[in-house]
Amino acid sequence: MTTTDNSGDVRLSGISKTYGSFTAVHPLDLTVPQGSFFALLGASGCGKTTTLRMIAGLEEPTLGTVHLGDQDVTRLPPYKRPVNTVFQSYALFPHLDIFENVAFGLRRRGIKSVKKQVEEMLELVQLGEQARKKPHQLSGGQQQRVAVARALINHPKVLLLDEPLGALDLKLRRQMQLELKRIQTEVGITFIHVTHDQEEAMTMADTVAVMNAGRVEQLGSPTDLYENPQTTFVANFLGTSNLIEAEVDSRSGDDIVLKAGGGKLSLPSARCSAPAATGGKVLVGIRPEKISLTAAADAGEIPEGRNRITGRIADSSFIGVSTQYVIDSPVCPEFEVYAQNIDRDARLVPGAEVVLHWNPAHTFGLDAAQDIDAGVESVEEEAA
Amino acid sequence: MAAVTEAPPPLAPTTPDKKPPRRRGRLTPYWLLLPGLLWLVIFFALPMIYQASTSVQQGSLEQGYKVTWHFATYWDALSEYWPQFLRSVMYAASATVLCLLLGYPLAYLIAFRAGRWRNLIMILVIAPFFTSFLIRTLAWKTILADGGPVVGALNTLHVLDVTNWLGWTAGDRVLATPLAVVCGLTYNFLPFMILPLYTSLERIDGRLHEAAGDLYARPWTTFRKVTFPLSMPGVVSGTLLTFIPAAGDYVNAELLGSTDTRMIGNVIQTQFLRILDYPTAAALSFILMAAILLMVTIYIRKSGTEDLV
Repeated sequence: MTTTDNSGDVRLSGISKTYGSFTAVHPLDLTVPQGSFFALLGASGCGKTTTLRMIAGLEEPTLGTVHLGDQDVTRLPPYKRPVNTVFQSYALFPHLDIFENVAFGLRRRGIKSVKKQVEEMLELVQLGEQARKKPHQLSGGQQQRVAVARALINHPKVLLLDEPLGALDLKLRRQMQLELKRIQTEVGITFIHVTHDQEEAMTMADTVAVMNAGRVEQLGSPTDLYENPQTTFVANFLGTSNLIEAEVDSRSGDDIVLKAGGGKLSLPSARCSAPAATGGKVLVGIRPEKISLTAAADAGEIPEGRNRITGRIADSSFIGVSTQYVIDSPVCPEFEVYAQNIDRDARLVPGAEVVLHWNPAHTFGLDAAQDIDAGVESVEEEAA
Repeated sequence: MAAVTEAPPPLAPTTPDKKPPRRRGRLTPYWLLLPGLLWLVIFFALPMIYQASTSVQQGSLEQGYKVTWHFATYWDALSEYWPQFLRSVMYAASATVLCLLLGYPLAYLIAFRAGRWRNLIMILVIAPFFTSFLIRTLAWKTILADGGPVVGALNTLHVLDVTNWLGWTAGDRVLATPLAVVCGLTYNFLPFMILPLYTSLERIDGRLHEAAGDLYARPWTTFRKVTFPLSMPGVVSGTLLTFIPAAGDYVNAELLGSTDTRMIGNVIQTQFLRILDYPTAAALSFILMAAILLMVTIYIRKSGTEDLV
């Protein structure tokens, strides 16, 4: 399991899939390097599962090629590909016991003495005791581990995971996320994980590709995607962003100065993914946890050089570690601010006039030609 | 936010119902069972008891029959008619195997490949039931008629040489041979094989096929290791629904066979309606029932369907 060879690289070149007039996946180029934990993240129907199934061979691409290492596997049937899948509903064979489910792949490849390997694999997923039970006698979490064991025992070049944790409850899901991450580090196999849960993708993967409507919107490390979203979809789908429409006023040094609702905002030009000609429009984004709230009466104490916006608290909800505020401001009717509950200011209650301020370095700029609400419908996982 | 609301007052304790639940409510399920039970008693249990007593009676039509516990009737019936018993089992078994061989691919096709044609094919499978059993069987007389196109074709292809050698047909004829009877049985009971097979195939999760393919099973291996084992409940119920009525059938042997192809059903029918030897007919019926029960029990044990999900 060395990572020096590239036989576990997955290279998709211009693959696309159309069903009649519907395009599930637009021509897509993607390289997943050997040994990485890669996540395809997107809402349902964005083409992430279709992409995964094309790698597995369960779906034939309309155009383009799939390479594993140097081997072109585009036309190979699934049973000839050195790839295994953990299916969404596990798809365990109900008529076989756990041992035989795990041994299935080995037996199909004509390996006779499977006992030792299967027992070791069941130990790895902590199911040694359950070997002779039928799948329906196990809990959801145990079935999920059988599905992982059944795929991993074949030492595939790539392990594909299709929403493997979707059927588990939250606590178990957290536990399995760490478990899968541990297994991946241990065996060093390339994992490609499909999920609609942004938190899951960020927790587990080294690299995340955010997909929307059959296209990859952005690809990068979780931190990079979160801090530097390139599109409104990524900004809204991955966590929450406050987006303000602003007009480019001038430039000062490395910063762009923008006009929004009478005030001025500053944005580092390196963090602006849109062409910012003077007089043009730009969407200014800021994450809710980067903003500080100060009561309007104390506005004078705010240090110079910070971006400021005034508004009134419309709503607040206390969720333990933080308080989430919704602020009605002239530039954005629903400005979200998350404040850590360290020193709570008793004046910050609904109806209070406040100043929002943040370090300009945390501001990002997006092309204003996009839909400002793209990706916003996705159900928010409870933010910390 | 800091406002403390008062906790809602506890619900007033509900006074326990002093009266026990009404009797009639508890008895309702049994009342609903009554019509079915009555039906079973009148049309199943009573005739069975009556036939059982008939089978141990002696006497004649003129002098009347008396229960004399004459169990020798059973032995006599068995020793005289064992060839017909054996023949019934063999014909029914052949028809069942043929039904399985013809029905399984068709049920598989309907369940997995038919797409929008599924309903149409299902209707075609059931369509023969819109015609009477007798008429359908008589139609086979025409199909297999001497010198007809089917027999002619079989002759040209030298199929008849093979079946003659096997003893299934005789000379240039198919009608009035074992082959004709088995064909009739197969045709008449085929839907009883296809429907349960289809039901159990259709229930199989398509992702299991994908999973097997993903785990290096070729299509044929997937069928052997996943699809077929999971369709076992359908195979067992299909074979039972075919074998049991086929073993007791007499219409096919009557219309398509000859005196050399008489099945046990024909014997029972003749004993009851022509010879009017009621004790022997009743004894034969009970022997047939016992034999089928025994075979079915062994079959279910062997196929291990109790174990299947």
